[in-house]
Amino acid sequence: MTKAITVAGLHKSFGRTHALDGLDLTVETGEVHGFLGPNGSGKSTTIRVLLGLLRADSGAAQLLGRDPWNDAVELHRRVAYVPGDVTLWRNLSGGEVIDLYGRLRGGLDRTRRADLVERFELDPTKKGRTYSKGNRQKVALVAAFASDVDLLILDEPTSGLDPLMEEVFQDCVAEERARGRTILLSSHILSEVESLCDRVSIIRQGQTVETGSLADMRHLTRTNISAELAGAPNGLAHLPGVHDLDVQGLRVTLQVDTDKLDAVLKSLSASGVRTLTSTPPTLEELFLRHYATDAAGTAGTTDSGEGVGVAAR
Amino acid sequence: MTAVTMTAPAGAGRRTGSATGQLAGTRPLLRLALRRDRIMMPIWVIVLGASFSSVGKSFASLYDTAARRAELATSMNANSSLRALYGPVFNDSVGGLVSWRMVGFGGALAAVMSLIVVIRHTREEEETGRQEMLSSAMVGRRAPLTAALLAAMIANAALALVITAGMAGSGGGGAGAVALALAIAGIGMLFACTAAIAAQFTESARLAKGLTAAVIGAAFVLKAAGDSATDDGSSVLTWLSPIGWAENVRAYADERWWVLLVIAAAVAIQAALAYTLAGRRDVGMSFLATRPGPAQGRISTAFGLALRLQRGSLIGWTLSFAVVGVVFGGLTGGAADLVGDNAKTQEIFERMGGQSGLTDAFLAAMVSMLGMVAALYIVATVLRLHGEETAGRAEPVLAGGVSRIGWAAGHLAIAFGGAALIMAVGGLGLAVGYGHELPAVLGASLAQLPAIWLLGAVAVLLYGALPKAAVASWGVAGICLALGWIGPAIDLPQPVMDVSPFTHLPKLPGGTGMEWGPVLALTATAVVLVGAGLAALRRRDVLT
Repeated sequence: MTKAITVAGLHKSFGRTHALDGLDLTVETGEVHGFLGPNGSGKSTTIRVLLGLLRADSGAAQLLGRDPWNDAVELHRRVAYVPGDVTLWRNLSGGEVIDLYGRLRGGLDRTRRADLVERFELDPTKKGRTYSKGNRQKVALVAAFASDVDLLILDEPTSGLDPLMEEVFQDCVAEERARGRTILLSSHILSEVESLCDRVSIIRQGQTVETGSLADMRHLTRTNISAELAGAPNGLAHLPGVHDLDVQGLRVTLQVDTDKLDAVLKSLSASGVRTLTSTPPTLEELFLRHYATDAAGTAGTTDSGEGVGVAAR
Repeated sequence: MTAVTMTAPAGAGRRTGSATGQLAGTRPLLRLALRRDRIMMPIWVIVLGASFSSVGKSFASLYDTAARRAELATSMNANSSLRALYGPVFNDSVGGLVSWRMVGFGGALAAVMSLIVVIRHTREEEETGRQEMLSSAMVGRRAPLTAALLAAMIANAALALVITAGMAGSGGGGAGAVALALAIAGIGMLFACTAAIAAQFTESARLAKGLTAAVIGAAFVLKAAGDSATDDGSSVLTWLSPIGWAENVRAYADERWWVLLVIAAAVAIQAALAYTLAGRRDVGMSFLATRPGPAQGRISTAFGLALRLQRGSLIGWTLSFAVVGVVFGGLTGGAADLVGDNAKTQEIFERMGGQSGLTDAFLAAMVSMLGMVAALYIVATVLRLHGEETAGRAEPVLAGGVSRIGWAAGHLAIAFGGAALIMAVGGLGLAVGYGHELPAVLGASLAQLPAIWLLGAVAVLLYGALPKAAVASWGVAGICLALGWIGPAIDLPQPVMDVSPFTHLPKLPGGTGMEWGPVLALTATAVVLVGAGLAALRRRDVLT
């Protein structure tokens, strides 16, 4: 597969703020790539660099094999972008805006436009000022999905959509992927990322901290173990990859790096296991661990226990 | 904590629907408004206020004897065209001359200041959605309007103080100074209330500003027409114009204090209307409902989009220029109505229009006035680029297949081409109203374009290279306009006058005729500045 987006060592400063600090990002052609990170971590800045709206201070960026700054106009015929905060012209109707954006890109599929307007339950005759946040986003989404492009860049596109529309959105993304289009999806809605994305990149403070498929990433995180043993636990504290070990008589709770799970289970079964609960890391835990400023510390992981994970789901 | 104690009784009042509840939160909103206007408002007040005393000082030195001032007053009053522009001279003291020269323009400028303040804190807050969040707090239905009007009142009161103090310092103190200052501030407040009403009727702050500006313009034209007809401000047309009321206060000439009561009544009536409307209206909505638009769009290019966005404003400007052109063209005939051959009037005209023939000089002065107003159009239109960019609407367009140059060029074509259009229409209007010399007057009007374009080009350069300082284009245009309006009267030194591109234009119609040298030089400079601005725009980051 060729690369739709390659970014290496991207730096961008605004005055004293280092928005991007050596960011790397690779998106394969035809994949849906999740782009995650806490607020202010540089996601939108990266996207604006990719769109040639900002000029990077240093580092390499390529979009569909071309330079996003110098070849901006030609590239944009093949790219559709949905900003996180959609602002419309107050005196233009939604339909007019959809058609305008379509024409400013590679063109618009009329049938698909009509289909999308219906599925998103959008009234295209309303004027810009009268749309709600969710409806403004629908205008931008219809324009993007109906455009004849190779790459969609979606920056938190569903933050204002209701659950029904969220489902329509997910269907649309799946259709786009089936048609071979590439999608870069920045989102905070983790269930959306989990069900849509082939691979994800997590960034923090302008740097990429993790990239890969969700399965790969799960592998890199910790599993919660809670067990009641037949005999006293032995040597658990010395095993590599064990964190937050808590022994109350025969009751043991601990966290273990998932790739070191095997040794822990062996040690537990050596003491004799009466009950055992093993919880795989939730997606939330995965992200919270990376999002927390103190990423290396154990505190972040403890705080991100099941309570948070359940609540977030 | 203070906020809680302050607004708690008001909140209690709201539950019973009393008037105090409607005003809850006015104090913090007023403080917010003053904080946001902490730079703009003092600049307006000081610059506008100080222009009165500087005009006074100039008159005191230019016309240093009573005889000279009397001569000036007689010749001014004898000429209907000049009266149209400035009004009659009621008194030939230094203060009386300042009042004559400044009451119309100064009142109109105070009105513009007030309209900006009021719209900025009412309709603009609603349009951007900021008001929604403010109104979700302990903020009464009428508090935003009250805060905006109080802010305007503070600005106008400060202006009145600066004018009174300045006039006292330049030899025109006493009751006349107080009357002049109150008349100017009164006109400011009167149009602040007009703006408050306009803000209730439109959902767009731009439209609200445009409507109020149109009323101010109409008031000015009415006063001009009335003053052209009579030499004592007694025409019905003058009395129909609020700016005419300010003139009829007759500062320094047996002040008619009761006219200030007329202004106060108009303020009260308009404020009551605005308050009634504001109390019945939904936040963010207006009385004119938004109509649905087409489900399918025909706009397909960045230029098409720019044209669609700027269409309304361009039509408004074109119509205004047509009306003003015809009215002032019609008043031109009076320029020759001189009692005898008065050297002093001739001299004033020559300074304004740089002409020897009085009719030509008056036409030249009118054309140059149109040109300076058109400079405001071009700056506003160029700065739409800045507005689109900072509002986040440029970003998705530029993420389409549109180059930055292509996007900017759409708006610039309307700015630079639109300036040519309105000057052509204004020139045609003048010629039609005057009834003679159509080619010469039209040509004279179009000859203003290089200077207008140059000011537009400065705005393009600032926007492209220093987008955060783009609004400084207003300052540049403002300085050039002030030089053009007040400079000739107060005899500023030539190097200062040379700062304004309008100074370098040939004085047309008549005179020595067309001079291509400065026209081409100004145009070339404009082209270079636009090029530099666009080059900078291409290289910089899009504002986010």
